[in-house]
Amino acid sequence: MDWSFVLTQTLTQAIGIQAIIYCLAAIGLNVQFGYTGLLNFGQVAFVAAGSYAVGVIVLTFDLSLWLAIVVGVIVALVIALILGIPTLRLRADYLAIVTIAFSELVRLTVRSIAFKDVLGGAQGLNGKLGQDFHDTNPLPADFQSLPVLSWTRQDLWVVIVGWILVALFTLLVWLLVRSPWGRIVRGIREDEAAVVSLGKNVFAYKLQALMLGGVIGAFGGIVWAVAKQSVQPDTFRPEFTFFAYTILLLGGAARVFGPIVGAILFWMILAGTGEFLGQAIQAGWIDFLQPTDVGNIRFVLMGSGLIALMVFRPQGIFGDRRELALDAK
Amino acid sequence: MPNDQAVSGSRAASAQAALATVEPRPGVPKPDPIMVADHVRRSFGGLTAVNVEHVEIQRGAITALIGPNGAGKTTFFNLITGFDNANEGTWTFNDRQVDGTAPYKLARIGMVRTFQLTKALSRMTVIDNMRLGAKHQTGERFFAAIFPFLWNSQEKSVGEKAMGLLERFNLHEKIGDFAGSLSGGQRKLLEMARALMADPELIMLDEPMAGVNPALKQSLLGHIKTMREEGTTVLFVEHDMDMVHDISDWVIVMSQGEVIAEGPPDAVMKDQAVIDAYLGAHHEAQLTETGESLTESSDGDSA
Repeated sequence: MDWSFVLTQTLTQAIGIQAIIYCLAAIGLNVQFGYTGLLNFGQVAFVAAGSYAVGVIVLTFDLSLWLAIVVGVIVALVIALILGIPTLRLRADYLAIVTIAFSELVRLTVRSIAFKDVLGGAQGLNGKLGQDFHDTNPLPADFQSLPVLSWTRQDLWVVIVGWILVALFTLLVWLLVRSPWGRIVRGIREDEAAVVSLGKNVFAYKLQALMLGGVIGAFGGIVWAVAKQSVQPDTFRPEFTFFAYTILLLGGAARVFGPIVGAILFWMILAGTGEFLGQAIQAGWIDFLQPTDVGNIRFVLMGSGLIALMVFRPQGIFGDRRELALDAK
Repeated sequence: MPNDQAVSGSRAASAQAALATVEPRPGVPKPDPIMVADHVRRSFGGLTAVNVEHVEIQRGAITALIGPNGAGKTTFFNLITGFDNANEGTWTFNDRQVDGTAPYKLARIGMVRTFQLTKALSRMTVIDNMRLGAKHQTGERFFAAIFPFLWNSQEKSVGEKAMGLLERFNLHEKIGDFAGSLSGGQRKLLEMARALMADPELIMLDEPMAGVNPALKQSLLGHIKTMREEGTTVLFVEHDMDMVHDISDWVIVMSQGEVIAEGPPDAVMKDQAVIDAYLGAHHEAQLTETGESLTESSDGDSA
């Protein structure tokens, strides 16, 4: 049993590219759900928008990645408007229903044969999507690997910039939620009618929160496309959104650092159990499981862990229990 | 302080004096109305919940809106504050036509309401509840919010104003507590204080005394009187007749969606139509062994 391999892999994935992507999606959800109380179950649509903007602009139209990022942000804003304008005047559940349906609609549309020329159909878009970004890599050309973390030169550059993005968005969220703007959105989470009665345009604030969260999610998609140099339609399934919610609840909703802690922990648990079980099966310690079961078992463990968390510490790791206990609804 | 008393006395007196010459009948014009409503109708399917021909609210006075359960008082409240949509009708606030206006805009122009089921924002602190009420905050705009130096000084003055009001409402020791940890009565106080943060010209209180203990009732009465002394017009829905009698300058009685009587509290409470609406036309009839059927028939008459 190779313990050092298990440890290295776990650590690398805990703060790796996947963790960054999910962290950005969860920061977006934190703005929407954690602070404003908007049940967006279609966060993956915003992530897909970011990824596909990069894929289409860079690969299909052969334009610059930087333009693609701008387009990704604009598409995310447009999606937020399309989803928000009809539903945000209705009760919270409607947004949940509409967003989950919309995210599947997006996935089925982008993978359809009708748009194969532009969007790549079921195969997606594969090629030098992030070349403009990787060309800016300042790491020495003969870079091999960090001591413990097994990233390639290319991945390490993505990880560095990715965590800088996470830090910037976390700073933005922190500034916003401690401002009077943040007070209004928290008020909306508690009781919309009360906030309306005090002269605040609740609809506009909900739309702003949806747009901001969507744009942050789209950056997750942009990082994804740049890092993997590939955009696959079937990676944008509803599970993605649910994992992002798991991360948010794990870290603690409505806590600025919740998504960061949640994402690191989520991938640490997922990678740790996966690598451990894989190694244990190989070493013959466990004989009732096949190596192919490991992928599923780790999600079973994650689910059980989440249930335990909800029962024993519903506020997440950072949350304030009083804030939950008082919820009379 | 004695000086204050003299001034406050004159406010109450002037409100009553202004209404003294007004004829006590439904839909009567007032000398200086802050709000005028015409032909306001709201039906739910076949049921007409509100059907108000004409009603005026006198500026600077405390007006009570009373009536038996199901009379349409709260529905009328919801309609004129924009929280519900009327089937027809027009109404003006400060001579400005406001029917169809979004409720948040009505609050901005000075018409602030509270709710029958108190809406304290439970998972926010008392002071944040209060600060939320202040109008025209720079830091409420998305891009300005990111730069604290743009709104820090305003935040400070909002906080001072909030502290002043919390002291007046005796909640100043609770500023850091979550609003959800307050008692029912304290939440009523908080909601009222929060509404005052928005500097209303007309404050509309939906059953301010519901579920409040007698001791707190007295202090709530005091607060409502103070609002009048500060020049705020008060319109409130209430069931508690003692309270209505104690503080209101004018009473409007609704029954089955219509205004059936108006007048000063003493006169209204002696009005036969009001007594009938509340107690049924046969309420003085002797209850006998067949008392049940008697009660039923009297209900039938008034319905």
